[in-house]
Amino acid sequence: MSETTSFVSVSDLRRPGVRWARRIVNVVLFLILVVVALGPLLWLAKSAVTPAQDTLRKPMEIWPHGPDWSILTHAWSDLQLRRYLVNTVVIAAGSWAVQMLVATTAGYALSVLRPAYGRILYGAVLATMFVPTVVLLVPLYLTVLKLPLIHASLVNTYWGAFLPAGASAFNVALMKRFFDNLPREILEAARVDGAGPVRLFTAIVLPMSRPVLGVVSVFAVLAAWKDFIWPLIVLPDPAKQPISVRLPSLAPVTSIDTFLAALLISTALPIAFFLVFQRFFLRSEGLDGAVKG
Amino acid sequence: MVQFEAPAGPQPGRRRPTFPATTDAERSDDRSVMARQGRWATWWRGGGPVTVAFLVPMLLAFGLFSWWPIVRTAVMAFQQTNLVEPAHWVGFANFRHVLTDPLLPTALRNTAIFAGLAFLFGYPIPLLLAIAMSDLRRMRGLFAVLAYLPVVVPPAVAVLLWQFFYDASGGGVFNTVLGWFGLGPVPWLVSSHWVLPSLVLEATWAAAGGTVIIYLAALTTVPKELYDAAQVDGAGIWRKLVHVTLPHLRTIMLVTLILQIIGTAQVFLEPYLFTDGGPDNASLTVLLLIYNYAFGSTTGGGDYGDATALSLLLAVGLAVLSWVYFRLTRSWSDS
Repeated sequence: MSETTSFVSVSDLRRPGVRWARRIVNVVLFLILVVVALGPLLWLAKSAVTPAQDTLRKPMEIWPHGPDWSILTHAWSDLQLRRYLVNTVVIAAGSWAVQMLVATTAGYALSVLRPAYGRILYGAVLATMFVPTVVLLVPLYLTVLKLPLIHASLVNTYWGAFLPAGASAFNVALMKRFFDNLPREILEAARVDGAGPVRLFTAIVLPMSRPVLGVVSVFAVLAAWKDFIWPLIVLPDPAKQPISVRLPSLAPVTSIDTFLAALLISTALPIAFFLVFQRFFLRSEGLDGAVKG
Repeated sequence: MVQFEAPAGPQPGRRRPTFPATTDAERSDDRSVMARQGRWATWWRGGGPVTVAFLVPMLLAFGLFSWWPIVRTAVMAFQQTNLVEPAHWVGFANFRHVLTDPLLPTALRNTAIFAGLAFLFGYPIPLLLAIAMSDLRRMRGLFAVLAYLPVVVPPAVAVLLWQFFYDASGGGVFNTVLGWFGLGPVPWLVSSHWVLPSLVLEATWAAAGGTVIIYLAALTTVPKELYDAAQVDGAGIWRKLVHVTLPHLRTIMLVTLILQIIGTAQVFLEPYLFTDGGPDNASLTVLLLIYNYAFGSTTGGGDYGDATALSLLLAVGLAVLSWVYFRLTRSWSDS
């Protein structure tokens, strides 16, 4: 791994000037990343346990009168954060499930079962990529308000919040392309051994697709966690809202220290999730597909 | 159902259509069957229903939440509806109303400025970061995690946090830091001149990491032989960067550019949460205008016809823009 491709070659590195310049660039890069990317979050972590007066008077000083850990527990109980976090988890889980169901079954049907009309369907799916999702907000809202044919309303239900996430052309394309590259001999062998389409899907294709399932999963969960405008529109009832929709309305009625603690608590989970699954977020295959998809 | 193979799947709803035509015996006499029976029977025995069953989730999801709303956009833009009485056709009245709205030029200009500033700040930075990071050997993982961290912060949280940073008084976070260098105080969000750059700064912070990772992934695919060949030809680090690295990234740079433009043309969250379009409409964007037509509290909302008409115009505008862009860049890269 030490011989990774780079525009700086081993012979370049023999020159002392290059070695020093590179070291300096790396240190500067590290400092920039720590200050710019991590800095705001460190400030948040610091201020979440700092009394309001200290944060207001001296925002850049670290605990002039010592940290106050009770602010975190206050924020947790006073602002009912648990309820909103549970809402967020429910919506993220539902969004993940519906995205996985749609993407895997559709990718399998289009890539492996290949019906004659598959090309037209796939084209219709890909075409939706060119329609920006936010442009569909209003008609989507009206659709969810009164579903066609059954005339039920999904407004103020979790279903309304997460079901539309299933219509992700990007997921279907990513899944189909991954299935396209599975070795056909294995699928054929399974067929000869008597595996039907369902068996082929659950016993062969899905287990062989763990990498892409992981990539789609982590991005599905994170996107649901980050979403703001759709849950804002579809869940007017505050008791059902996820935390990121609830926070802005809490801001004017909450003291600054409690509010910053709430911000920290609602950021901690996605960051922990990212750190645990970072290899899925940062691996190149999934993102390579992300660009070309 | 008796000879049904255990599907191991947790979806009982999918079981029913799978039993015909899944065994080898049936498949092998497909041809003779085709001669005797019609295409329908062939389709049925060839596993057609199973395929359809697999497609049902996609058809439902896209039909309800993508294809139908797209059709509806095209229809509703020519209708007036208040959701109580049945909608009626109004021709181009919605478009006329939207296009003569005195707020539209403001929203268009602000959106264009936002996109332009986002391009200035947000386009070169991820590229430079990724190129510098791609040269790292052992620490690259740590650097990538750091760069990606702001991306996982929920955007609403990021905006609410940056609202404290942008406190316009001398005691605000950024103004305190600027004060150390004898600068400021800057009236961040309360000045109509500073508000858009402030929003772009936060948006860049929140989004740059994702682009860095995309570039990093592309940089690992540069063939090592190209660098070696350039090296043999006597190219130094700088010339390898300019003649090998950057040309290899060209396609991805073109894609990220148009994606960024399309993304920033739909900016909503930052102006909505930071300033709600203020001060004095200085951060009103097209999407915020659409939102206000439909759901806005100050204007009354409920103008679904106007909102879809403007949505349609925005979508068409972006489609034309991307088409022109790809036409131009294709001829440019072909020549």
